[in-house]
Amino acid sequence: MSGIPHDHYEPKSAPEKWIESRLPIIGLLYNTLMIPTPKNLNWMWIWGIVLTFCLVLQIATGIVLVMHYNPSVGGAFASVEHIMRNVNAGWALRYTHANGASLFFFAVYFHIFRGLYYGSYKAPREITWIIGMVIYILMMATVFMGYVLPWGQMSFWGATVITGLFGAIPLIGESIQTWLLGGPAVDNPTLTRFFSLHYLLPFVIAALVVVHIWAFHTTGNNNPTGVEVRRGSRKEAEADTLPFWPYFVIKDLFALVFILTIFAAVVGFMPNFLGHPDNYIEANPLVTPAHIVPEWYLLPFYAMLRAITFDVLFINSKLFGVIVMFGSLIVLFLVPWLDTSRVRSGRFRPMFKFWFWLLVVDFVVLMWCGAMPPEQPFVIISQLGALYWFSFFLIILPLLGVLEKPKAPPATIEDDFRAHYGDPGEVAAQGSAAQPAE
Amino acid sequence: MTARTLLSGLFAIGLGLVGLGASPAAAAEGERHVHDFSFSFEGPFGRYDQSQLQRGLQVYSEICSACHGLKFVAFRTLEDEGGPALSEEAMRAFAGQHEVFDVALDDTRVATPTDFFPPSNIPNAPDLSLMAKARAGFHGPAGLGINQILFGMGGPEYIASLLTGFTGEEREEAGTILYENTAFGGYMAMAPVLYGDDVTYADGTVATPEQIAEDVAAFLMWTAEPKMMERKRSGLTAVLFLTVLTVLLYFTNKTLWAPHKGKKHG
Repeated sequence: MSGIPHDHYEPKSAPEKWIESRLPIIGLLYNTLMIPTPKNLNWMWIWGIVLTFCLVLQIATGIVLVMHYNPSVGGAFASVEHIMRNVNAGWALRYTHANGASLFFFAVYFHIFRGLYYGSYKAPREITWIIGMVIYILMMATVFMGYVLPWGQMSFWGATVITGLFGAIPLIGESIQTWLLGGPAVDNPTLTRFFSLHYLLPFVIAALVVVHIWAFHTTGNNNPTGVEVRRGSRKEAEADTLPFWPYFVIKDLFALVFILTIFAAVVGFMPNFLGHPDNYIEANPLVTPAHIVPEWYLLPFYAMLRAITFDVLFINSKLFGVIVMFGSLIVLFLVPWLDTSRVRSGRFRPMFKFWFWLLVVDFVVLMWCGAMPPEQPFVIISQLGALYWFSFFLIILPLLGVLEKPKAPPATIEDDFRAHYGDPGEVAAQGSAAQPAE
Repeated sequence: MTARTLLSGLFAIGLGLVGLGASPAAAAEGERHVHDFSFSFEGPFGRYDQSQLQRGLQVYSEICSACHGLKFVAFRTLEDEGGPALSEEAMRAFAGQHEVFDVALDDTRVATPTDFFPPSNIPNAPDLSLMAKARAGFHGPAGLGINQILFGMGGPEYIASLLTGFTGEEREEAGTILYENTAFGGYMAMAPVLYGDDVTYADGTVATPEQIAEDVAAFLMWTAEPKMMERKRSGLTAVLFLTVLTVLLYFTNKTLWAPHKGKKHG
């Protein structure tokens, strides 16, 4: 895979040959694990492992939670309390699952912004990027439905608001909304179908993760310089890369365990900090909470939805808000074609850097606005934030390729690595030669 | 003097000092004023004070339970180590003071340890099992939750502030009398319940309204989060273990990469 010359698996013993001639699975695992990886990858390349871990963690804790959960309007809330109070380590399972969702999104945002900064979406990695975006959308759908399951006040009203968005679509909107809910309002049929889909989608995500990995193993990893690994000869390739095992496995594990230390502190000492207190009140269709807000990771898009307080031509504000919210995600899919720059990595793009970091600030500010009540000044800030979000992708990114004069990237990954860490041969030579002279 | 009474004595003194010394660092969120009470269970090493939970149980039984319920709390859990830790006899006796409706009998019977506290008596009074978590608003500047992280401001602070936050103002609205409360941030249906000398504590603690409010708020924190002590203990173990593992992996990684790296050029 990846067209980078490297050693391939050769079955040596008789049992290995027997298996390999029938199912080449050892070779597949070997070639996947030993893939030549650019040796200049920085710490922003660790999020993939963190995300994979999150998916496994969520599925593992989720499967056990399901054993004790009761997906019915009358029993859901009480069954969650049963998990928290009576199930052995049930509180640990549930808090890990709930905060695991936060860690999942924390990591995915770093992962996505990493991809944006280093141009990981650019040819030939467009399909990797698009599959990643599909995974991200599915994650949002999964987490939204998962949040409904405890059947607290925010579960119920969040579901009411978000499914209500589909009702804004002209003509067919109401039929779609009824179809999604399984009735005229959020009720038992909604809970049971959300439960079913919340269980299904993670496995769809898992399958897409395999395809995501397959795609970037075909093109090879991007790296902070955006310069491709030399593929001319095995010697050149080996100067640019190191095998994934053990170099990147150990590096990623170190990063993962460090992040898990902080995660354990959150779960152990402040497990409810990221959740909304109202979800500890059982769902009540007759009482609307003062402020209906989603979890933190969906807030930027919620802010853009609420930013639209005005009608545009014949489109009313509600429908236009929905268009803006979904549009803010659709532009992400188009990034490979909106970016016109010849240079891949943002490291060599002086103007891009500025606008990129402004986008990151914009994202955080929108997140904050999403949590605040829909009143001034948050409405105007959200409007400006949404305007910049779209301007970045639709105007700035295409124009930068024309206006910007990028700096020259290094010729090879080896050069970049040596500029950072020096030449190991040179140091060894210096060490032995320098001592007698001094 | 046993260690426990010494501890609770110190705790009472501590509370007194807090009461005297603490500037009313009330965090304002709109019109709401939530006082930053200091509870024993705040912070990563915070623990429930068993005597306080037992006093809170007494307050709940003698005052709150007239209207409110605790339908998610089983009597047997009163015996739990991370909770009020009643003796088995005391727990059984406490359960025996209650009657529950048994679906199988289609009648009420005396409660056993596996039964739950009765639900609310009046429809307007919310169940209090989870109230300490349901009212754990951020109480922080600009919705950022800073007061919650730095000062441990949460649901128990709100509950204690609410119980001591009545101004004495009343208002009639659609035939119901509403009472002004600074923590609620307006007029609420619940009447003031603490007037002084509302309960008599067996352990000799002076039952000032503030003391009662703090005790029952602590008790309700336990009903909302009965596994908190276990959670913090496990959390600490996990953090320590993972820290060691992080250090080991740091050096493993450093050693592994060393042959491929020269002297760092900065």
